[in-house]
Amino acid sequence: MMSFTIAWREFRNLFLSPLAWAILAVLQLVLAYLFLSQLDTYMAWQARLAGIEGAPGVTDIVVAPLFQTAGFLLMLIAPAITMRSISEEQRNRTLTLLMSAPVSVADIVIGKFLGTALFFLVLLAMLAAMPLSLYAGTSLDTGKLLAGLLGLGLLACAFAAIGLFMSSLTEQPVVAAISTLGLLMLLWIIDWNGDAGGEKVSGLFHYLSLKTHLTSFLKGVFSTRDLVYYLLLTGVFLVLGIRRLDQKRLTG
Amino acid sequence: MEPIIKHMESKILISVEQLSRYYGHQLAVDHVGFELAQGEVLGFLGPNGAGKSTTMQMITGNLAPGEGRIRIDGIDMLDEPKRAKACIGYLPEQPPVYRDLTVDEYLDYCARLHRVGKSQRGQAINRAKRRCGLLTVSRRLIGNLSKGYQQRVGIAQAILHNPAVVILDEPTVGLDPNQIREIRELIRELGESHGIILSTHILPEVQATCTRVQIINEGRLVFASSMRELEQKLVGRVLLLETREPLPDELLAKLPGVERSERLASNRARLYFAGDNPAAEVAARVAAHGLALVELALDRRSLEQVFVELTCRDEARAETGEAA
Repeated sequence: MMSFTIAWREFRNLFLSPLAWAILAVLQLVLAYLFLSQLDTYMAWQARLAGIEGAPGVTDIVVAPLFQTAGFLLMLIAPAITMRSISEEQRNRTLTLLMSAPVSVADIVIGKFLGTALFFLVLLAMLAAMPLSLYAGTSLDTGKLLAGLLGLGLLACAFAAIGLFMSSLTEQPVVAAISTLGLLMLLWIIDWNGDAGGEKVSGLFHYLSLKTHLTSFLKGVFSTRDLVYYLLLTGVFLVLGIRRLDQKRLTG
Repeated sequence: MEPIIKHMESKILISVEQLSRYYGHQLAVDHVGFELAQGEVLGFLGPNGAGKSTTMQMITGNLAPGEGRIRIDGIDMLDEPKRAKACIGYLPEQPPVYRDLTVDEYLDYCARLHRVGKSQRGQAINRAKRRCGLLTVSRRLIGNLSKGYQQRVGIAQAILHNPAVVILDEPTVGLDPNQIREIRELIRELGESHGIILSTHILPEVQATCTRVQIINEGRLVFASSMRELEQKLVGRVLLLETREPLPDELLAKLPGVERSERLASNRARLYFAGDNPAAEVAARVAAHGLALVELALDRRSLEQVFVELTCRDEARAETGEAA
């Protein structure tokens, strides 16, 4: 219950600074450009594709690349959204307000997480509006579209949890942003080394990669394996964040 | 009107036992124990770094104690932190205000955090604003307010949910003299129905508002007494004598009723007495000696002197202890 109070404040706080607005605007602009260019490509190929059996449809050609890029851009902007969340409260000593109130540390961290996640939800809703507009002229593979959105949503949740944890480690928002970006990039490219280190290791790296799981969602594959991966990642970093704030009470 | 909960006389609101806290190897708070009853305003004094803020942070649940027990209104802070915290209003050294919220938005958020019901929220906020003189700045951003107003927003936040215990860490810092008087008035008023702990450096403030005083130095409580007892102690059995001409030694040695005298200057002395106040006899003797009396008065020690004595003596002891 108290988490929602904190979440709503967190969400509204994001919109008090121009940063959130700027991010929404810039991201929308870039993605809209990409969307239109993919749409152009599809229009040009449409005639030829019509003749081929089992050819990729509009969802594969327009929506999948759009979402893939959105995932990558989300990774770049997530640190900017989460960086201030806890670090600034520590720096301005406003964390005391939350710690003295009758709320638990878990309430605080989960509240902040939900607030950030809500922001990403707004962002995804704006993104989803683009492919949805295609329904005016054609029909999409709704399953694939929803799977893609779910994948992006889960990805954003993982970003938010990681960013919050990093933000709890330092009083400097910029340091939090850089370390979040570093960790996210590492998790993004971790499977790029291919088969180095034998099959087991590369399998592990492949599993750890943020990108591979998103890719399977974008193909319309909804597997528990990918779902569990994102939920686990989110859960682990939320618990780490809670532990970290609890620890602060012990060490001062 | 606000519901003033009538309890039986002198209900114990805070009980602290054997509270200790280390920072690394440094003992910041050393087995501190005290109680606070309803209707008391406890002045918490001590030099910088003595452990005042650390103690307050522990009482409010911001810092885990190394040892000891804290009970707020009978509820153990370590076992049931949520319930215990609900009874406390806390203003830390730096007011925990969000600079980019308006006063109203901020207080609304605080009220929600403290689970003030929807129906009472508006009333609670208005009452806190009225008490802290914030009605005119309701819609202004906290970041644009002066330091004094920000401090008042901090106080408003602490009393908003009408907690049984109010803990204020240096509440009058940055306020102008008029505001200080208003805040002292507020603290006295709150003290009638709540229990208040007030930490401060400003000694007259303690004398003006508190019913009890305790002094902490190097983590230990070195002095604790009620204000009334303290007042009596401050009136020492000492006379201050000043004459226009220098005081001869033989006169100082033979003053009636005076046990011992201490020369402060050639024409000033401090006279210690045991029985009744010998001022009349001393004045007569001085006049008989042909000296003109300039001053003869009871020497009231100020709280400041007590404070300096208690905290400096300990420092000296610590230094010699370290040297040995």
